[in-house]
Amino acid sequence: MGLDISERVRSVPPSGIRRFFELAEERDDVISLGVGEPDFSAPWAARDAAIDSLERGRTSYTSNRGLLELRQAISGHVEDRYDLDYDADEEILVTTGVSEAVDATLRALVDPGDTVAVVEPAYISYVPGVIFAGGEPLRVPTREADEFKLTYEALESAGAADADLLMLCYPNNPTGAVMTGEELEPVAEFCREHDIGVLSDEIYAELQYENEHTSIATLPGMRERTVVFNGFSKAYAMTGLRLGYAMAPPEVTTAINRVHQYGMLSAPTTAQYAALEALRSCDDEVEAMVDEYDRRRRFVLSRFDEMGVDCFRARGAFYVFPEVPTDESAEAFAEGLLREEGVAMVPGDAFGDGGEGHLRVSYATGLDDLREAMARFEAYISD
Amino acid sequence: MTARDDLLDLLVEDARHTTADLARMTDLTEDEVEAALADLESEGVVAGYQAIVDWEKTDREVVRATVELNVTLDRETGYGDIAERLARFPQVKTLRLVSGDYDFLMEVEGSSMHDVSIFISEKVAPVPEVTQTVTHYVMTTYKDRGVALNDDDDDDRLSVSP
Repeated sequence: MGLDISERVRSVPPSGIRRFFELAEERDDVISLGVGEPDFSAPWAARDAAIDSLERGRTSYTSNRGLLELRQAISGHVEDRYDLDYDADEEILVTTGVSEAVDATLRALVDPGDTVAVVEPAYISYVPGVIFAGGEPLRVPTREADEFKLTYEALESAGAADADLLMLCYPNNPTGAVMTGEELEPVAEFCREHDIGVLSDEIYAELQYENEHTSIATLPGMRERTVVFNGFSKAYAMTGLRLGYAMAPPEVTTAINRVHQYGMLSAPTTAQYAALEALRSCDDEVEAMVDEYDRRRRFVLSRFDEMGVDCFRARGAFYVFPEVPTDESAEAFAEGLLREEGVAMVPGDAFGDGGEGHLRVSYATGLDDLREAMARFEAYISD
Repeated sequence: MTARDDLLDLLVEDARHTTADLARMTDLTEDEVEAALADLESEGVVAGYQAIVDWEKTDREVVRATVELNVTLDRETGYGDIAERLARFPQVKTLRLVSGDYDFLMEVEGSSMHDVSIFISEKVAPVPEVTQTVTHYVMTTYKDRGVALNDDDDDDRLSVSP
């Protein structure tokens, strides 16, 4: 017997991103546009609050659901920003990043054999998360022709009518696609018609450049069937502090908290103090970072346009998702670009169905590097 | 935010952005950028473009001092008149009227402490309206116009991440 690896774990291949990471690590002159986290540090006020909490010796657990003050601040923040109304006592759970929130939610809601429709291209952990929870993932590809927005038809033709849950993420990693309230309405309609619960990862909500964020939970009849995820990693550049939260009706939050209290106990205390300060005093820093991302986004889109590379106008997160400009597969192109020009981009297939033939290009990198990377990209495709 | 505001933010961040890059980042054409810059310059909104230099990293000795000035006014002489007279000296790099215990805060530059001292004692102190000067020599500059000097900005992120 010994330590046999479980069937579930064996069925999940390692991330396709891993191989590119190893290739990129082999040389030291690489400009990486393959990074999925901000290049900024967390605002100083938030870091200072973390240091202060350590100096005061606040190193114990917090309540399972997180510091009440933080949950109250989150409740106020999501109401101000996104018109979401969640009670700090009963409907908000602070977690160790959105990753833990998604994992705990899947384990709380999925029974063996339940189907979870996952909108793709998608962040790489959703499908494995469904499998680890004992569910069956159903991939729902989106298309460039729809600017990678989810449509009623895409759900229908993927056979999502029989799904129990729908996992989606807008603004989207890896495509940078966003969806307006109007565009979300048919998705909501589909979920109401077929009694499907929605898991909405809104970690990039703050990073939108042409629209205000709309949460699907604000649409009629959706609040009671939706779990909203958000966190501090992207907007506040706090990835390494690992802090996110889930918001859902009381009984669902209680169920997610059941998994969380046994699996995690509580989110990191130091990070909770940093997050509290981030919500209290860092709006200006967030705005400055958003402005900076927007300039880089326009720069990168303009450069691809000048090179004649097809790239739909991504309006959120910090990614654009151009088509591979040659006949090669995304993987072959990305590997060649990395070996010959020292520029790392992630092939779109790593993010699931619908990603093939595309590259994820992150602009969470300073303008000087972006300028140089675009010049090298241009040199590579004109050789 | 208007395109003009966008351009101003970009130039404050890096005055060496090329017209082409400014156009790419603002969704304007290069001609529109040129025209907007010409307007900003002729209106005096953009008064100049300068580099931020950390002189400590060069062989040149540049001595900077911050000088607090108290002045007296009379019917014929206002703050503006005194400021105009002081600002004409090339050694005066910044001159501001401020609230508080003194009237003007002046930043002065010279090639040695002696140089700066002579300038204050022979050119500034004798101005009839100036009643007191307090000179603070700058020992080290940590941050200048929003740019941290000696900043370690190594990117320690994983080179590829999801």
